[in-house]
Amino acid sequence: MAESATRTVGVDQRTPEVRLAKTETCSIVTIVTDRQEAGDILSAPLIIEYPFKRTTGPVIGAFLTGLREKVLVGSRANDGRVIVPPAEFDPISGEDLTELVEVGPAGEITTWAWVTKPHAKHPLTDPFAWALIKLDGADTPMLGAVAAASMDVVHTGLRVTPVWADEREGHINDLSHWIPVDGGNT
Amino acid sequence: MRDIAIISFAQTPAVRRIPEVNEVEMLMPAIHGALSQVDMTIDDIGFTCSGSTDYLAGVGFSFVSTLDGVGAWPPIQESHVEMDGAWALYEAWVKLQLGELDTALVYSYAKSSPGDLPMVLTRQLDPITVAPLWPDSVSLAALQARSLLDSGNYTEAQFAEVAARSRRSALDNPNAQLAWDRSAAELLGEDYHIAPLRKSDCAPITDGAACVILAAGDVARSKVKRPAWIRGIDHRVEPIHLGLRDLTVSESTRIAGEKAGVADGPIDVAELHAPFSHQELILRDALGLSSDVNINPSGGALSANPMMTAGLIRIGEVANRISAGDVNRGVAHATSGPCLQQNLVAVLEGEA
Repeated sequence: MAESATRTVGVDQRTPEVRLAKTETCSIVTIVTDRQEAGDILSAPLIIEYPFKRTTGPVIGAFLTGLREKVLVGSRANDGRVIVPPAEFDPISGEDLTELVEVGPAGEITTWAWVTKPHAKHPLTDPFAWALIKLDGADTPMLGAVAAASMDVVHTGLRVTPVWADEREGHINDLSHWIPVDGGNT
Repeated sequence: MRDIAIISFAQTPAVRRIPEVNEVEMLMPAIHGALSQVDMTIDDIGFTCSGSTDYLAGVGFSFVSTLDGVGAWPPIQESHVEMDGAWALYEAWVKLQLGELDTALVYSYAKSSPGDLPMVLTRQLDPITVAPLWPDSVSLAALQARSLLDSGNYTEAQFAEVAARSRRSALDNPNAQLAWDRSAAELLGEDYHIAPLRKSDCAPITDGAACVILAAGDVARSKVKRPAWIRGIDHRVEPIHLGLRDLTVSESTRIAGEKAGVADGPIDVAELHAPFSHQELILRDALGLSSDVNINPSGGALSANPMMTAGLIRIGEVANRISAGDVNRGVAHATSGPCLQQNLVAVLEGEA
């Protein structure tokens, strides 16, 4: 990574005719053949990135694959609790956790916060509630965004159900957001 | 255990943004203020340790640049933590415990202002299942506040009382950023920011820096009349997933407080690093502080919250009060991560 960064931001004195900006993730190779004229300001692209890939493994990977298929899973901890999203390691003993348990898809809000002015990066554009949601069959809640008409609709104990993205690719955003079951009258 | 004390503390005045100087220029007055107060130079320092985060500067290894604040030539013994300076102080304390060195300089700093801070802080969350949702730090704190209200232990009025008292105390702190005198009832009239939190329940965004000098045994006694001795210090961390924690309590603070020996004697003053009003209530309970303890006389993080630094400032504020002879025994607390995920507790005391 260090070598590629040097090449990208600096000028290689040994081969001034050819400079490479190569990244693994983007697979872009830009060959710059023009010589700098005297007095020109040197410039080069700087791409901030992690040029490596990471596998998500059998536990988190199963969770993400499940999302693609509209299935939610948790992992069973040594004390019997079902943890969602699944944990790779037992939160108390640190031992590997391997047993996956299907949960949800509906669940209950255990705590919530109302966002009046959503940020451009937030999952929803209209005012919404962040919530920790304990899925049916789970013992620990997970974070999600709940679409609701107003703050008055939302309360601890409210039952919600997922809204799935039309195109899913095994990513947490496959679960677009949550909505109240029965329009929030529960 | 070796007796180690805080012999000097300096901080820059907390402000919303310092655009006109770079990080090292911002930091210099804190470092050299702390050194000059005890008539020392960097040549008198055995070990230097700093706390900051590259994420705020947006530059990898930006902390290396700020070493210019102490001058790293000829070579010095030095370390850095990507944490609040309170944890840098912990590392320095451990280093001095080894017995090879007698003095340490600890500094921390942050320009919290250049980026969108609540969004930058989402980068510390689980990168696969949580961070892609961009749950900002205020929203997560609001989830915790709602849990606390649901528990029935505290009310929004009590949150507002913490907010009002902190800013009123800050009127006596020349380094504070937010200082005003408004009643809790008036604050309750504000609209929600991210319900159930109001803007007044939240810490400001602050640029700033601080520096502490530690010294062991007789070296400390030779430098100042009344060193603030570190009688106990401990830190604990909880799981990254909020769903795995009971948000209405701070188990890590409780354990750290127990290990640091908070309950071994009377506490005169406590400086608690609570960036949100409700968190002060959780911390008081976790540390078992009685109602007569003077909490956050500086105004706390609600009055000035330079990232990576507000925890170290809590330690410095307690030390200053002990060294001035105003109090004898105090507790300082620092936090890191969402909703009080990681906590450090130090017990400081003057010499009998």
